[in-house]
Amino acid sequence: MMKVTSWGRLGSLEHEVCFLSDRTGVPAQVRAPPGGQAPGVCYGMGRSYGDVCLNPGGLLWNTAGLNRFIGFDADTGVLTCEAGVLLRDIQRLFIPRGFMVPVNPGTQIITVGGAIANDVHGKNHHRHGSFGDHVLRIRLARTDGSVADCGPDLLPELFAATVGGIGLTGVIIEADIRLRRVAGPWLDTELIAFENLGEFFRLSDASEAGFEHTVSWIDCVSWGGGRGIFMRGNPAVAGAGAGRALPRAGWFAVPFVPPVSLINGLSLRLFNMLYYGMKKRTTGPSLSHYEPFFCPLDNVLEWNRIYGPRGFFQYQSVIAREHGLEATQAMLGEIARSGNGSFLAVLKTFGDRQGPGMMSFPRPGVTLALDFPNKGASTQRLFERLDAIVREANGRLYLAKDARMSRDLLESGYPRLAEFLKHRDPGISSAMSRRLMGG
Amino acid sequence: MRKRIIIIGATSAMAERCARLWLAEGPADFVLVGRDLAKTERVAMDLRVRDPKAGIRALAADFRDPAGIRALADCLWSQGAPDLVLIAHGLLPDQQACQIDLSSCEEALLVNGVSPALFAEAFAGHMERTGGGTLVLIGSIAGDRGRKTNYVYGAGKGLLTRYAQGLQHRLAATGVAVVLILPGPTDTPMTAHLKGQGGLGMADVDAVARAIVAGVAKKLPVCYVPGKWAVIMMVIRHLPRFIFNKLNI
Ligand SMILES: Cc1cc2nc3c(=O)[nH]c(=O)nc-3n(C[C@H](O)[C@H](O)[C@H](O)COP(=O)(O)OP(=O)(O)OC[C@H]3O[C@@H](n4cnc5c(N)ncnc54)[C@H](O)[C@@H]3O)c2cc1C
Ligand SMILES: NC(=O)c1ccc[n+]([C@@H]2O[C@H](COP(=O)([O-])OP(=O)(O)OC[C@H]3O[C@@H](n4cnc5c(N)ncnc54)[C@H](OP(=O)(O)O)[C@@H]3O)[C@@H](O)[C@H]2O)c1
Repeated sequence: MMKVTSWGRLGSLEHEVCFLSDRTGVPAQVRAPPGGQAPGVCYGMGRSYGDVCLNPGGLLWNTAGLNRFIGFDADTGVLTCEAGVLLRDIQRLFIPRGFMVPVNPGTQIITVGGAIANDVHGKNHHRHGSFGDHVLRIRLARTDGSVADCGPDLLPELFAATVGGIGLTGVIIEADIRLRRVAGPWLDTELIAFENLGEFFRLSDASEAGFEHTVSWIDCVSWGGGRGIFMRGNPAVAGAGAGRALPRAGWFAVPFVPPVSLINGLSLRLFNMLYYGMKKRTTGPSLSHYEPFFCPLDNVLEWNRIYGPRGFFQYQSVIAREHGLEATQAMLGEIARSGNGSFLAVLKTFGDRQGPGMMSFPRPGVTLALDFPNKGASTQRLFERLDAIVREANGRLYLAKDARMSRDLLESGYPRLAEFLKHRDPGISSAMSRRLMGG
Repeated sequence: MRKRIIIIGATSAMAERCARLWLAEGPADFVLVGRDLAKTERVAMDLRVRDPKAGIRALAADFRDPAGIRALADCLWSQGAPDLVLIAHGLLPDQQACQIDLSSCEEALLVNGVSPALFAEAFAGHMERTGGGTLVLIGSIAGDRGRKTNYVYGAGKGLLTRYAQGLQHRLAATGVAVVLILPGPTDTPMTAHLKGQGGLGMADVDAVARAIVAGVAKKLPVCYVPGKWAVIMMVIRHLPRFIFNKLNI
């Protein structure tokens, strides 16, 4: 038994951990013992915030050792690799060769298996969809000992259940992913300050056609909330950034768990610096390296410790555009009144497409994500008020971030739930599946 | 200049990480030797994706057959003198099982001690004749002093320490470097079953590989990884017996 936690550090719980490292051995390793039920679930890098990758008291299949590349076709850009390969390692190897991972979430320190199982999204959702849109084949080991290959044209239902299927349909051993061509590691980026949500939506609408990446930071506290910084960018042309120093590879880690939450004071100062700096002068486009642009916090290893020993929640919702302005305003209002949320939230519009998975989070609309230090009952009451707004607007919460939503919110947010449940592997169960899906 | 690198026990997690680092440093060709061809080939496939221009061959060998080891070394040598030979295989046995079952004990002594020494001997002769190259052996801090919880493994590894010393002495006047790597507990498949048992934490295998690659580049005769183990083991080696015998380690 060993203690395992997820990114939110809400608890450190004992698990029986089985380390997978040889892809041909996986089917035998995850096969359920005859008669006995010992359900397990996969654990990639544990970059999910809640209980989606946990199975306290039970079995975890740790996939970090499945870190081998298998093949790459430079004509088509199709990469075959094991499920524990990190997006960061793909980027670092392939960007110099002119290819990159098509969808980059806010951290690159996640596995391919985790990226598929949560069908992760990035700043380019309006252009390129979610991770699952670029997966051509998944090799899945099921706990009955069988192995199935699935893809958009091969067992498409199993594929649609597995993409975004939070690990419940089987253990992903390897996958084929189509990488995208890029000229280099640089992006032309622009920052624009906005004063309210109306401006945010106008900027989004005006930017989606011309910019591959868009995202905003929004202030949820000062002046009733709503001011923010809109970021947009496009891949820079070939040769851009030549001779520029790459960002330093030096990592620094938060070496201990500070006794109280520090994040608000820190981010407030940073934000104000940026915001007022931008207000003073109109910043033209500038060149950014992809790592700090996509994953600004990846160089601060274990920044999640900053929230202190009780851990934290992240709350991420998506709400259809027709209710987007009103519902976001209402949520920001609740958060500001509670004085409880982190100071900054991330706000982004999703493109007009449904996700490739039955349980994919992205859908047309606007997504809001922010952190909440765990302050017990008051935090939970705030979440209930936010849930009410999300439910009213027919929205959904992101399973990768969730540790506490109710079953009925899952059901109303994910209309394909019943269809998905048919594809579950009976030998797989997580804390989340028991909390939300009855087993 | 293209480097030629031979790795014995190439499916070891440490060796595999070292190979990735060497490949990222500059052009290199590899011969990977394992006991299981398919598994060794999986390591080769990964390296081929990392550098499509590298020549990467996977071979299987019987690690316990002296004649076979000799023939393999001769054959590989005839294809061109390597710059680097890394001998990485090892096996962490259950100490209790070794005390009860002598064939487990024998296997642990053979795989950790005799087999890598035979490979080292077979390559050392060629290196001595050409007068160049680096021979790297992975021993263990466990070889520094026998402990009740782990002395069968430690004895096998200790054999390598002594063997490396002898080779260093013999080859001192040549251009051949012999590097003995002494890792502390490291997070690899070998130790997966020990994780979460408390005690000293395990080093990250990537960090260990970076330290090995750096130590090899400097041709250090003895290289503890992570470096703190040099100090800890110095203390442990010198503890008076009356204190040492009271320790439950
Ligand atoms: C700083 C930060 C920023 C983030 N930004 C974003 C963002 O912008 N967009 C976004 O979408 N997400 C974002 N996330 C969430 C993160 O991308 C997802 O939680 C991701 O799935 C984590 O991957 P992981 O490898 O750590 O998997 P884990 O968190 O360990 O597991 C996630 C799920 O995948 C399953 N799983 C893992 N491997 C396998 C496998 N081999 N086979 C089957 N199932 C498997 C697990 O069972 C679990 O259900 C962010 C997280 C952090 C910490
Ligand atoms: N991990 C540690 O904590 C630690 C500490 C000190 C020293 N070391 C030493 O570091 C070296 C690399 O180990 P690792 O940590 O990378 O472990 P690993 O990934 O488990 O690798 C072990 C290697 O030894 C091979 N091997 C095992 N049994 C064998 C046998 N009977 N005959 C031939 N080959 C055999 C394995 O081959 P297969 O892949 O075919 O099984 C594999 O190549 C070993 O010499 C080990 O003793 C490790």
